[in-house]
Amino acid sequence: MSPPAPVETRPVRPVGPLVIAIEGVTKLYQMGEETIHALRGVTLDIRRNEYLAIMGPSGSGKSTLMNMLGCLDTPTSGKYEFNGNDVAAMTDDELAEIRNREIGFVFQTFNLLPRSDALRNVELPLIYAGVPSGERHERARLALESVGLGNRIHHKPNELSGGQRQRVAVARALVNRPSIILADEPTGNLDSKTGVEILALFEDLYEAGNTLIVVTHEEAVARHARRVIRLHDGLIESDGHVY
Amino acid sequence: MNEILKMAFGSLGVNKLRSFLTMSGITIGVFSVIGVMTAVSALRGSIETGLSFLGSNMFQFSRFPAFGVNGNSEHKYLARRRVSLDQAQRYIEFMRGSADVICLKAFANGNPLVQASYGNHKTTKGVTFGGTNQYFLKANQFEIGTGRNFSPEDVDLVRPFALIGQEIVDKLFPSENPLGKLLKANDRTYTVIGVFASKGTMFGGSEDNIIMIPISRFLMDFGAEQYSVNIATESPSQTQYNATMEKGITAMRVVRGLRPEQDNDFEIYSNDTLIAAFAKVADVVSSGAFVISAIALLAAGVGIMNIMLVSVTERTKEIGVRKAVGARKIVILTQFLVESVVLSVTGGLVGILLGTVAGDGLAAVLSAEIVFPWGWAAAGVVVCTAIGVVFGMYPAWKAASLDPIEALRYE
Ligand SMILES: Nc1ncnc2c1ncn2[C@@H]1O[C@H](COP(=O)(O)OP(=O)(O)O)[C@@H](O)[C@H]1O
Ligand SMILES: [Mg+2]
Repeated sequence: MSPPAPVETRPVRPVGPLVIAIEGVTKLYQMGEETIHALRGVTLDIRRNEYLAIMGPSGSGKSTLMNMLGCLDTPTSGKYEFNGNDVAAMTDDELAEIRNREIGFVFQTFNLLPRSDALRNVELPLIYAGVPSGERHERARLALESVGLGNRIHHKPNELSGGQRQRVAVARALVNRPSIILADEPTGNLDSKTGVEILALFEDLYEAGNTLIVVTHEEAVARHARRVIRLHDGLIESDGHVY
Repeated sequence: MNEILKMAFGSLGVNKLRSFLTMSGITIGVFSVIGVMTAVSALRGSIETGLSFLGSNMFQFSRFPAFGVNGNSEHKYLARRRVSLDQAQRYIEFMRGSADVICLKAFANGNPLVQASYGNHKTTKGVTFGGTNQYFLKANQFEIGTGRNFSPEDVDLVRPFALIGQEIVDKLFPSENPLGKLLKANDRTYTVIGVFASKGTMFGGSEDNIIMIPISRFLMDFGAEQYSVNIATESPSQTQYNATMEKGITAMRVVRGLRPEQDNDFEIYSNDTLIAAFAKVADVVSSGAFVISAIALLAAGVGIMNIMLVSVTERTKEIGVRKAVGARKIVILTQFLVESVVLSVTGGLVGILLGTVAGDGLAAVLSAEIVFPWGWAAAGVVVCTAIGVVFGMYPAWKAASLDPIEALRYE
């Protein structure tokens, strides 16, 4: 793997208050007879305005951890506090509300609604937040402009390239001004040139004051982050402001 | 809500054929009940607003009831003695002074169907053929177009005369004056003395396809022992109607030789009893339609449930995406419920429309007035909404309860 770029080329913004605090989190999957320990006890603090990469080989538990951080999944044991609130104590609807207002999730496979155009996809979180339609259109349009898709707002996902689809997904993650943006292998389904574009977009978001957590197994992607966590077999192997 | 409706129509539009097929079950169920109800209320409306079976202020005695004879009670009527011409004439005597317009009637039973001929010209089979007296016109709202009515002597002297309808004229005398000509009906020969003015159709049958002869002649030619005479009596006025009917019943009992403890061995109808009898028939038909449509709607409801379950499975990923960006349970539940309600209500509206058109079509054929059954239509919409909710609930609940991460992982 290529060595990281020199640190002085990238500004490091001062971090803010604690957003995520997890302690001794485990996740077990029962596959018939076999119990899979996807996470074996992970402890981690993440602050506002961090740009964090979670690295590790395939099967090391990155996605499992990410889904948990994104309140899509719940730990088998351990503690998870989001903005000081115990996630384990929340109802499904409270979790939905956190996902809606506090978290912007970018998936490896984009997960756009295929029959809806870009604008409508980006509007989706705003619909569920109860934002009235005028304001909703405007904010969705602005979010699409901010990812460079201002001229593609009425294209359906299948009328867009992979990179453009991922931009739509990023716009959707941004549109509700969440506390953190989570991206699980956001460049995994993109060619390297398009991947670079998305990473440049993340850099802009970071510099604009957003908090980013990016899962990747590529050093080249992790190099863009300001802090890197390495997972191995469900445990944190190293955690440091490496670059 | 607006958003949810938009989404519902959107996703139903994706599978047009499937949505259409699912809806058609509801359409059929609603169609049958609305169609029957429309026809029934149109007919009922027409009957109540004066398209009467009998002339106004009339009541009628006969051996059998007008409709609604069912298997069991038929014996009771068959056991009754016929009303003979002699009894009818004694009745007329008794009523003299109280009611003068008394029409006697007997009709060929239609077995075999009656056919009339003149030279090479023939009518189709199924001519209305019967015997009557000079009051037939008044009792049945007929008028003489050309020629003359029966006179009392025609009846007394058993003359082989005939009054015929316009349709008979058209068929037998296309280019001749029918008056004075000899026509054949059921192998007997009659002289045409008059033609009824055309009346058009009523309840699906033409009233112009008719041949009437003096009742005395009819009974003589076709067997007095075969026929029972119907007696229609007109009260001189509306105010005397009940009194006249009372008197008529007494006269009938005397003529029939009934002892005080014996029940009437004849049926009495007035427009009121005919309306009531019609209502009874209408109720039976309506309940039948209800049962059919209940079964159809139940089946359609199960169909909706099935299609919604398929839809939930197909759209698992979509549900996952919606949940991932913050859709709460109730929102997903509502979305799928609205879809099933839209399916069933759209089907129902089509059924209401088609049912109304069919029911009114039938009513129009029977020359009844056209109605829009607002009450039934509203009930149809309510029932369809309920079906959508009831049968959509389980699939919608299933969608709402999906685990977001499992749903997203679904391929
Ligand atoms: N839904 C699941 N059911 C069973 N096992 C799972 C499930 N999701 C993940 N795993 C297992 O948990 C481990 C961690 O998976 P994951 O978090 O997807 O790893 P990564 O994203 O780092 O490749 C793997 O062994 C994987 O097979
Ligand atoms: Mg993964």
